[in-house]
Formats: sequence, C-alpha cells, structure tokens
Amino acid sequence: MNSNISLKAAASLLNLRVNQTSFFLINGRRFISTSRILYQKDKIKERVPFPGATESYFTDKMQFIHNVEPIPTYRVMDRHGRVIDSSQDPQVTESFAVKIYKDMVTLNILDLILYDAQRQGRISFYMTNYGEEAYVGSAAGLDSEDMIFGQYREAGVLLYRGFTLDEIMNQCYSNEKDLGKGRQMPVHYGSKKLNFQTISSPLATQIPQASGAAYALKRSGKKNCVMCYFGEGAASEGDFHAALNIAATMRCPVVFFCRNNGFAISTPSLEQYKGDGIASRGIGYGIDTIRVDGNDVWAIYNVTKEARKLAVEEHRPVLIESLTYRIGHHSTSDDSSAYRPSKEVEEWKRLDNPLVRLRKWLENHNWWNENLELEFRTSIRKEILNAFSKAEKLNKPSITELFNDVYDRPTPNIIAQRQKLKRLIEKYPNNYPLKNFKNEGKDL
Amino acid sequence: MTVREALNVALEEEFIRDERVFLIGEEVAQYNGAYKVSKGLLDKFGSKRVIDTPITEAGFAGLAVGAALSGLRPICEFMTFNFSMQAIDHVVNSAAKILYMSGGTIPCPIVFRGPNGAAAGVAAQHSQDYSAWYGAIPGLKVVSPWDSEDAKGLLKAAIRDPNPVVVLENELQYGLSFPVSQEVLSKDFVLPIGKAKIVREGKDVTIISHSRSVNFCLEAAEKLHSEEGISSEVINLRSIRPLDVDAIVNSVKKTNHLVTVEAGFPQFGVGSEICAIAMETEAFDYLDAPVERVTCADIPTPYAENLEKLSSPNTDIISKVVKRTLYKKR
Repeated sequence: MNSNISLKAAASLLNLRVNQTSFFLINGRRFISTSRILYQKDKIKERVPFPGATESYFTDKMQFIHNVEPIPTYRVMDRHGRVIDSSQDPQVTESFAVKIYKDMVTLNILDLILYDAQRQGRISFYMTNYGEEAYVGSAAGLDSEDMIFGQYREAGVLLYRGFTLDEIMNQCYSNEKDLGKGRQMPVHYGSKKLNFQTISSPLATQIPQASGAAYALKRSGKKNCVMCYFGEGAASEGDFHAALNIAATMRCPVVFFCRNNGFAISTPSLEQYKGDGIASRGIGYGIDTIRVDGNDVWAIYNVTKEARKLAVEEHRPVLIESLTYRIGHHSTSDDSSAYRPSKEVEEWKRLDNPLVRLRKWLENHNWWNENLELEFRTSIRKEILNAFSKAEKLNKPSITELFNDVYDRPTPNIIAQRQKLKRLIEKYPNNYPLKNFKNEGKDL
Repeated sequence: MTVREALNVALEEEFIRDERVFLIGEEVAQYNGAYKVSKGLLDKFGSKRVIDTPITEAGFAGLAVGAALSGLRPICEFMTFNFSMQAIDHVVNSAAKILYMSGGTIPCPIVFRGPNGAAAGVAAQHSQDYSAWYGAIPGLKVVSPWDSEDAKGLLKAAIRDPNPVVVLENELQYGLSFPVSQEVLSKDFVLPIGKAKIVREGKDVTIISHSRSVNFCLEAAEKLHSEEGISSEVINLRSIRPLDVDAIVNSVKKTNHLVTVEAGFPQFGVGSEICAIAMETEAFDYLDAPVERVTCADIPTPYAENLEKLSSPNTDIISKVVKRTLYKKR
C-alpha cells in the first residue's frame, strides 16, 4: 500500500487543510467527518467553473489519487473490556447494560439450539450470529419507533426490541402461530409491532427500500430514522450504490449499518473489494461515515446513537461500517472449513469475543459475576428449550393461508384455485391428510 | 381528450384526493416528464410530491417500495418499461410478495407506470412489451390502457388499489385523442381492475387485444365488415392480471371463433395465455376453429423502418388471420 497517499501528505502536497467545522462529537470526543473535508478556499487557487464538482480547483500537477489514509476504527473497550478513554464510556445504567448482555447471551444459546435442530432435521435452515453479537449495541442506540430493515443475521435486534422466544420458534417451525403464516424460510422474521420489516431473501433490496422508508418518515415529520443492516458482500450489489446515492440526494434520515464480517459466504472481504472497506464508499457519496470495532458493543452503541442524531435532526444519511468476524458458517447450507482454517476461527473465538468483552466490562463494574452467569445461562436455556418444544408440537398453519394475502382480497383466479383444491381434498381425503393443519382444511 | 391529458388529469385528481400520493422518476418534475405526462404537477404540488431522481432505477424503484411499506402511496415512473429491467427485483421479488411474506401485515400500495411496447424507430432495446413478464407474477396487478377512458379510469384505480399495480401505457397512444363521456370527466371516475370491455360487438369472430393493438383490431373489424360482411367482436382486455376470463369465454360462446392480437413476442405471451384459457374452460366446446394468435415477430425489434413495420401486427395481417380462421379465402 505504499502507493497510497496519506491524507496528511496529500494535504501538505496540495496545500489543503481540513476544515475545523468538519469534526463532529461523540461523547465529547471529536471525530473527523471525512465527507466534509473541505479544500481551502485559497484566493490563489482558481475554482473550476464546471457544475459537476464546484469545490474543485485547477492544478498544474498531474496526480492520480489512489487512496487516502485508511479510515480509522473507533472503539471504546480493548479486548479485555477496559475502557481506553474514559470520556468515551457509554454512561449507561446497570439494568441497561445487563439487558444488552443478556440479549447477547440469549442469542448465543438460541443459535446453539436452533443450529443443532437444523442438523437433526427438525427445521430446514438456520443462520447463526456467532462472533457478531455486539451488533445488539446498535439496537440499543436506536429509538423503538425507528424502522428496521434487516438482511437476515439480525435476530439480536429483534430480541432487544422484545420479540419473544415463542415468536422466534414459531417462525422457525412455520407453525400456526408464525406471524408470517409459514410462508418464509427460517430466520426470515418480521414484526409490524416492533417496526421490523420482514426479511427479504434477495440481497441488498432492503437498502434502497430503507431510503424510501426514511423518506416517508421525513415527510411525516416524525422524529425517527430508518436503520438498515447488510453485509459487506451485499454492498457489492448495485442496490447498495443506488441506495446511498439516492439517500444522499434526497436527504433521507437513514443509517446504513454494514456488518463487515470478513466473508460473503465463502468469499473473503479482500476478494470482495479493493478499496478501503465499505466505509470509503460512503465518503464518495457525500455521506457521513464512520468505521467501528464491531466486537465492541459500546463503540457500536455510541456511534449508532450519534448517527441517529445526524439522521433525525439534520436529515443526513449515515454509513457505519462495523468490522467483525463471522465465527459461524454462513448458514446451515455452508461448511466454512472448506475455505478457512478452523484454527483461525478458534483464535477469533478465543481472543476477541464480543460476549467476553462485555462480560469483563460488566464484571469490572461489579454488575456481573460467575454465579449470575451460570444462573442466567441455565434459566434462559430452559426457557428456550421450552419455547422450542412448544413450537414443535403446534399445528401447521391453515391450508387456506396458501391463498390469502396474495392480494388484499382474493382475485377470481385465486378463488378458483382454492375451490379446486377444496374439491380435490374432499374427493381424495386419504391422499391429503390435513390432521396436522389448523382447521384441518375445513375453512377452505 | 388525449391519452396524455387523461393520464395527467388522473394524476392530478389523485394527488388532490390523497396527500400520500407522490410521483417519482427520472425527469418527472422540472422537465414535466420525458413524455409530458406529469406536466404542471411540480408547479401545483411542489418538490415534496413530484420528485426528480438520479439515473438509478434500482434506487428510485426501491425507494418507492420502501415508501409504500411505510404508509405512502408512490407512483414510480419508468421512462419506459424497458428500463424497469434494472429494477425488476423490486417489482417482482419485493412489491409483489411483501404482503404475502409478511403474513398479510404489510401492504405495498404502489404504482409502477410508464410507456410499454414498441414506439417508433427506437430499435430492439426500447421496443419491448412487458405485459407477459409482469402478467406472470402473483401479487401484481397489471393493466394496459388503450384509450383516454382506459387511461384515466385504470390509472386512478391503480393509485387507489392497496396492491402493487403495473400500468403499461403506450407512447404512441399518448398523443391520440378519444371522445370521452361526461362520466369519464368526473373526478370520481374509476374503472374496475380485472374487467375487459367489448369495444365493438359482433357475432362471427372474437378478436381479443389490448393497448395500441386495439386500434388495428377496430380498423380490421370495420374493413372486414364493409368488405366481407364479417361481424367481429373486439374485446379490449384493459387488465392483463387479473384476466377477465368470463368476458373471453362468453364472447367465444357467442362467436365460436377466437383471434388474439398483441404487440408482444409470441412465446409465453398474452395470446398464449388466452389460448390456454380457451382450452381449459367451456370455451373449448364452442370453438369451431383453432385459436389464432397475431403477435410481434419472434425477433429483437429491428430499427430499419421497413423491417420494423413488418415485425409487428397491423390491420391487414389481422384481417387476413380473421378470414383464415373463418375459412374465408380471398
């Protein structure tokens, strides 16, 4: 990377300076909002008259700019849960911090149980959150009325908002109590009540949609924003670029949260892109951008809170790039040992675990200890297993639900199909056993 | 009233009726729309409701879907439906499926509209009919207006509909003027989505069409009547999805002959679907001859004027095919 031009070097070379107003504060600490680095309005420099880049000026030095200095990664805690700069301490209450920790642990145990359930053939599919649990901190930095557009690995956000274990299990089991009526693959959660849009499988479509939801919020005058999660792989889709550009030009109150976990299924980040991560792209779109240690729950919490403020109060979209490491396989359809050494995974698990960091932080505050840990893990495991077996025993949704909600009211072709199925089932009841379906087909 | 005026009035009336309605697309505001359909709307309703976008179909279509999920009623204009390919994931995989996928909790009331089908001299990449594409998708409603009454009534119905609706207009129809009744001029005029209209009654043959092709069908019907004494019933489908199966079947029961006419490609087209309906319903028992399809040629649309003309349906071809199906050789 020696061909990189460092920001400082470039500044001295080209006689630029970073405008002081381009700093913003997080808990009293100043951060460079690199999207607002302005060129010095030096009278000697001749501004270009072209409409495409009004801040530019003429130079007689030919220079290809490859990159500026890498964007720094904001953190609050080190790997041992020690706050490095006390001004960055999140200043939260015991119950608030403990809730976040408990949600992260719950997520972890849920993943263990449901991953195994898939391996045993009891559910068809699952995706774990191992290694990325600290994103729960982003949920904590939001208002509960802020709308969420997730990708698929954000169950912790739902947990934080109060999605119940039963609701999770019912979705994964596609049973009669599943809010999605059994129409989506496991982990495609959604909750209107909790302002969490239903997960959509095609990658990255949620990103421009989040911009649109943010536009609607802005129009409504509500003091809320949209939070949009996606991975660094999804950021290669055209939708990502379209979304950032349109959010910037229409000043949509949206926070884009990129979980850069090192892998898009098997493709490592370094093969996914050649620039300085995803964060550098935000700057190109004129969006306030910050990079954060994705294993540091308080760093994530702090930046989300501040990003939310920029979005809601100033109608400025924000990009957060959260650097982390996906410890689990991409999904149950993936075996990551085929493309990365298990030793590497083990080391990450051992040396930089977001759960351990927060636990140590809590212990330093005397808000947590070995006993509480054991007690909580035992009780939550029991609760999860309870919800699990309850959900497994419930009936499948009514077969009539096959035809509902395609439109607000069934159209003639849909009514015709439903009647045809009814006749078929009545004629051949033995070939269509409906004992395990709600209403046993009687409401067709 | 021209089709363009009808669309413009429909937009304006629905803007007034419902504060949540807004128009988004390339050139729709300052420039009044690439085809002037949105003329004057920016001045009347401001930039909050008539929104110019960067050239990013996936961006503004996605934005419109997101706004619809959050309680607004967006009208997303594609400069032509050829460009909707850049954003088709949002139409097909998001808008059409969200209500179903969310367990019926989150509706997506959105309109995707713009000119569809071949215009004149714009070659292969700008000359495609997407009726069959969008018509194949459960969860979407698809309408294809022909005249000014259709344009006003169907666009207003689409905007009011709680489901995603694709409105396939036709550039070459925009400037055509059609007489409209007093009823059509009313701000409360809407047409039901899913109902076809018999635009000419007849007893010898049923000709089913939609959009611009209806012009040629009516011309052919007139010619066949005056020259051959053939009485053609011309049906304007208006709605591609849901399809008015009853209208098709009832007409075939009366005429016993069926010809379909469209400006789309033949394979898996609207005509193919109508053929299937004729096979699968009681209409089959009433047919005295096989159904005939008149479509575009099965090639990318040529640019050269003479070849372009030869590649799409016209009055003479329709007349010829109708006579063939009635076993009337010239």
